[in-house]
Amino acid sequence: MLLAALDVQTISDALGLGAIYALMAVGIGLVFGVLRLVNFAYGQLVMAGAYTLAFTAAWPLALSVTACFAVVVALSLLMDTVVFRPLRGQSPAVMLVTTFAIAFLLQAIALIVDLRDGTLGEVAPSLSYLNEPVTIAGAEVRKITLVAIVVAAGALLLLALLLARTTIGLHTRAAASDFRTARLLGVRANRVIAFSVFLSGLLAAAVAVMMTVQLPFVGPDFALRDTIVVLVGVVVGGIDRLWTATLGGFAIGFVSGLINGLLPTDKTVYLPSAVFALVILVLLLRPAGLFTWGGRAAPERV
Amino acid sequence: MRRWLDSLVQLAAPALLVVAVGLVSTTASPANQVYFLNALIAVAIVVSIYVFVGNSGVISFGQISFVAVGAFAAGVMTVPLDSKRGVLTTIFPLLRDHTIGNVPSLLLAAGLGGLFAFLVGLPLMRLSGLAAGIATFAVLEITHNILREWTKIGPGATTLSLVPDSTGPLQATLGALVVIAVAFAYQHSRLGRQLRASREDAAAAAGVGVRVHLQRLWAFTLSGALGGLAGGLLVHQLGSITTEQVYLELTFLTLAMLVVGGLTSLWGAVVGALAVSGLDSFLSKAENGVHPFGHKLDLPSGTRLVILASLMALVLIVRPSGLTGGREVRLPQRRRRA
Repeated sequence: MLLAALDVQTISDALGLGAIYALMAVGIGLVFGVLRLVNFAYGQLVMAGAYTLAFTAAWPLALSVTACFAVVVALSLLMDTVVFRPLRGQSPAVMLVTTFAIAFLLQAIALIVDLRDGTLGEVAPSLSYLNEPVTIAGAEVRKITLVAIVVAAGALLLLALLLARTTIGLHTRAAASDFRTARLLGVRANRVIAFSVFLSGLLAAAVAVMMTVQLPFVGPDFALRDTIVVLVGVVVGGIDRLWTATLGGFAIGFVSGLINGLLPTDKTVYLPSAVFALVILVLLLRPAGLFTWGGRAAPERV
Repeated sequence: MRRWLDSLVQLAAPALLVVAVGLVSTTASPANQVYFLNALIAVAIVVSIYVFVGNSGVISFGQISFVAVGAFAAGVMTVPLDSKRGVLTTIFPLLRDHTIGNVPSLLLAAGLGGLFAFLVGLPLMRLSGLAAGIATFAVLEITHNILREWTKIGPGATTLSLVPDSTGPLQATLGALVVIAVAFAYQHSRLGRQLRASREDAAAAAGVGVRVHLQRLWAFTLSGALGGLAGGLLVHQLGSITTEQVYLELTFLTLAMLVVGGLTSLWGAVVGALAVSGLDSFLSKAENGVHPFGHKLDLPSGTRLVILASLMALVLIVRPSGLTGGREVRLPQRRRRA
């Protein structure tokens, strides 16, 4: 009976959500790779992008999207210079809690900016026409789903090429696997980190553009919940490698999309409990990550 | 003698600070007293988190689950009988037809918090690092989800109200003192020292015979019990509570208090809770206009969170080991001649 409800639209919506979450997972995973820092404030980059789209809604579309990318990338680089750089080498707890504080700060600023017109929330309608369905092989699929899948696949392919074929990509991979040795061998720390932060900013902007299509109503907590879910997915997938992190992000988006489509709304009240119980189970069985091969990491030797 | 004196100071300093806040609160006007009570309860919650996170070095986002369980247990069980049948119509008859007093409700909150933490900790304490952080966060999500939806054990998504507000200056101060004393006794006990050794070097501690997972489980259970007690204090101060008040925001705020104060010391937990909570209260007063030191200060609304968050980030960037440097209070050392 459940399988009967598994139509093309549900699957394509789930794929679309998975694609967007995969991009966020890459953005978080890239920065974690070189800095060992879990950036909780990543969702606020997306939120800033969404606000930019809302405030520039009257501009031509290309200009508005460009502004969104510019603001998000600038904010991302600023975060690196002001916050991440002084924190390098600190314990993970301190870095994580600092990014909490930054997330709070950006939300508080967004709230003040948002409330200038007296109402909470702004609307970013420029791309709403992408919500219209197109018919593919007899099934209705929303345009944004196709866009999300294509953008995610393209971005991941480009990123893979960038990391595999260019010098800076090689340096980034070297830094991610062993930062100190990479530095000893002449990799420039600041350049590699700025490069990763720049890429993760670009991804956040792309996510902002696609998310505002589905949720044109932008508030200070825009993308907050999504960031938490993606963080869970990234750790469950395996944060130590970029591709396991990405797969984790995609999986949690795809699964939650499927479940949302399958279950009637009156039966979903305990859904979060079921999902997070599953998360705990996976973490207990595979603490290094669901997609990490070779079992658990070797115990520390002294 | 010297060591004995050192430990005495380590307990007395945070205790005296809490007593001072409690005493000042009795002189404040009723409108201001609530800020002092908030600060004392924040101390109880943050110290309860410190007992696990600070001593074990394992990050946990799940400790507010135990605060939530304690708050709702103590709250549901103390709503007066005659109004209980009217407002909490859906709960189990056993809970609906019985009411307990103030002190038993706090003990119940501590007991349930500890039991819950023990059961959760049994499987979870094998994890460390980010996996532990996410798994404990999952516990928070599940606790919140069940408290919010299961109307047989509580009010569900609606507000639990009519809870007797018995947490005044006396109860808040005593509660915070109890939590501090237990945390102090634990960290100076054999169990606490073993856990702290494993925090510094898990492999070496295991090498000298410390059963790391077991020690973490004891700390987690104790932390759960203290968190439950703090939740009981909280609900008796607020008088009414929703599940959202013991969820994400409180988790982030209390963790931030702990890290700002200094993750690895009891003194840091107390100082962090009082400093952040005091600053928060001052700023929210300032948004309505205050007159400190003869100057009028009138902040535009919304700046409170901006200032609070920037200061928190600033402390962590400039002083990553927290305001206290993660150290306990020490008497000035006599300088040794070389």
